[in-house]
Amino acid sequence: MAEIHLNKVHKSYGADEVLHGVDWHIRDGEFVVIVGPSGCGKSTLLRMIAGLEGISQGEISIGERVVNDLEPAERDIAMVFQNYALYPHMSVYNNMAYGLKIKGIAKDEIEKRVNRTAEILEIRDYLKRSPRQLSGGQRQRVAMGRAIVREPSVFLFDEPLSNLDAKLRVQMRLEIKKLQERLGITSVYVTHDQVEAMTLGHRLMVLNGGYVEQLGTPIELYERPATAFVAGFIGSPSMNFLDAKISEDGKKAVFPGGDALDLPGDLAKHANHRVTVGMRPEHLQVDEGKSETTSQTVQVVEHLGADTLVHGTFGSGNSDLIVRLKGIRTIGKGEVLPLAIDPRNIHVFDPDSGKRLDS
Amino acid sequence: MLKRVHFGPSWLPFALVAPQIIITVVFFIWPASQALYQSLLVEDPFGLKTEFVWFDNFIELFGDEHYLGAFQRTIFFSFSVAFLSMTFALTLAAMADRVIKGATTYRTFLIWPYAVAPVVSGALWVFMFDPTLGIFTYTLGALGYEWNHKLNGGEAMFLVIIASAWKQVAYNFLFFLAAMQSIPKSLIEAAAIDGAGPTRRFFSIILPLISPTTFFLMVINVVFAFFETFGIVHAVTAGGPAKATEILVYKVFNDGFIGLDLGGSAAQSVILMLIVISLTVIQFRYVEKRVEY
Ligand SMILES: Nc1ncnc2c1ncn2[C@@H]1O[C@H](COP(=O)(O)OP(=O)(O)O)[C@@H](O)[C@H]1O
Ligand SMILES: [Mg+2]
Repeated sequence: MAEIHLNKVHKSYGADEVLHGVDWHIRDGEFVVIVGPSGCGKSTLLRMIAGLEGISQGEISIGERVVNDLEPAERDIAMVFQNYALYPHMSVYNNMAYGLKIKGIAKDEIEKRVNRTAEILEIRDYLKRSPRQLSGGQRQRVAMGRAIVREPSVFLFDEPLSNLDAKLRVQMRLEIKKLQERLGITSVYVTHDQVEAMTLGHRLMVLNGGYVEQLGTPIELYERPATAFVAGFIGSPSMNFLDAKISEDGKKAVFPGGDALDLPGDLAKHANHRVTVGMRPEHLQVDEGKSETTSQTVQVVEHLGADTLVHGTFGSGNSDLIVRLKGIRTIGKGEVLPLAIDPRNIHVFDPDSGKRLDS
Repeated sequence: MLKRVHFGPSWLPFALVAPQIIITVVFFIWPASQALYQSLLVEDPFGLKTEFVWFDNFIELFGDEHYLGAFQRTIFFSFSVAFLSMTFALTLAAMADRVIKGATTYRTFLIWPYAVAPVVSGALWVFMFDPTLGIFTYTLGALGYEWNHKLNGGEAMFLVIIASAWKQVAYNFLFFLAAMQSIPKSLIEAAAIDGAGPTRRFFSIILPLISPTTFFLMVINVVFAFFETFGIVHAVTAGGPAKATEILVYKVFNDGFIGLDLGGSAAQSVILMLIVISLTVIQFRYVEKRVEY
């Protein structure tokens, strides 16, 4: 049980800075996710918490202790690697017992703990096998077992599900979530998959190019993305981004084709400025003539069953727009769909800095 | 049906494999069959009379305590060379594995001894340990130890072992380093998180995982010590003093070319051939079993 403090944490490789100051307070028992595109520094940050990478600047503490100068073994953590990193020459049992033996725990106690953990993860039948004889999903469980059996105060996960097939990934995702709730151990989970991030984390850190874009709960990130990057990263299909200008009175966004949409607040201080307007595909709905605010000229229709994705162009301009409609709709190519959107679902960003603009 | 590609009768394929075949025949098959044949003969030193004696030469060898002594000596020598050079190479590789910067420089320096001819390698050690001129002899003398491998058989053996092992260190180092670097880094990191320090990681993770390489090198080194150390022994001790460093390959030479017992010497080399063949078979049989990561 421990909380983790990251205090202005920087990382450089030679002259290259790959993390530009990360601050975060992870609460005791919390499940947090670091998410971002490949190469943004997620693993580096996790490995710094683990003690596998040095800390160039700043401070990391776990529990009450500053761990900057502690060896990985002294940090009371356990880590699950992307490739599982099971010891290939040891049986599943010995893989799990290795850390306990080093700690000098008595043999019968080790046996009890390994068996109990194996029970939880349903790997009791494989204890005698070597990792080579296991499937990907089973190896994954063993890797988790090796982490759990040590009863650490922090779990670290580096893309643990990315080597599994789609179906197994969804199943293991749920299991990890349940397990974390049951054990209540502070966990930091790294992934590039936004769905994984949204479903697992109590709170998320969105990293981009070594900068923290936003910290918050999944709902906060979805409803009030702090930057255009976060807005585009969270949600699938991605948010639509359209160039626009704020009207004189600050109450409308005016698009190049002449269409205009009501804004959620008064943006008079940005009047006449260029902005980027963001609208999620699922927030645009067909509106049969009542309060129709804009339209879409349909090009391609994709049926997902539960939803229908409509690709086309926005209003009278020619910017791309994706709309996600509930259920199965029969819509023809070339049709013009009347659309409406609640102004509260319109996001406005500075086109240069990408920052969210509020009234 | 797939049609096979047919080449017309041509001399070209034969010409292309000819050099290899000629070399094998001239330098291996022919001398080997000569030795095989020779080992069944007894010839007088002047080459005037030759008698076909079947396996008498072999029977005589195994009743000869000098030969059996040389056999024991060779086994001791080979395993000492293998053990010494492998342990040393392993230590170097373990250290180089931790240093990534400048690893190429290490590798370049460490491969040099391998490029040195056995005789030259032997000569280097002879100079360093020369009873009157050698730098090590001088140093040992200053420490109160009087070194003279020309009189002391144990010291002579020690010297040929060192000179032979030194030559193999580079080769072993390269293989050990490559094996260590093919171990995924995350395994070592997982062990570090599990609380294993560098020494423990080495013995419980790295060493077991490189065991196929260790076994391979073990065979290679024994083969080297058995068969390729003639030059070193010749340069360092010439088998002396009092045959203290006369290993099997050297005895073949001594008995055949100096003692002119051609039949006996040929029988000895046939035995050596059998040893090398069986070592090679062992190697092919077991080295194939690889550890999977
Ligand atoms: N050992 C290293 N030396 C130099 N650069 C590195 C090293 N490890 C990672 N990097 C760089 O740091 C950045 C972040 O890497 P990483 O944390 O692995 O990204 P990811 O978010 O995909 O996990 C990348 O640009 C990568 O090239
Ligand atoms: Mg990564």
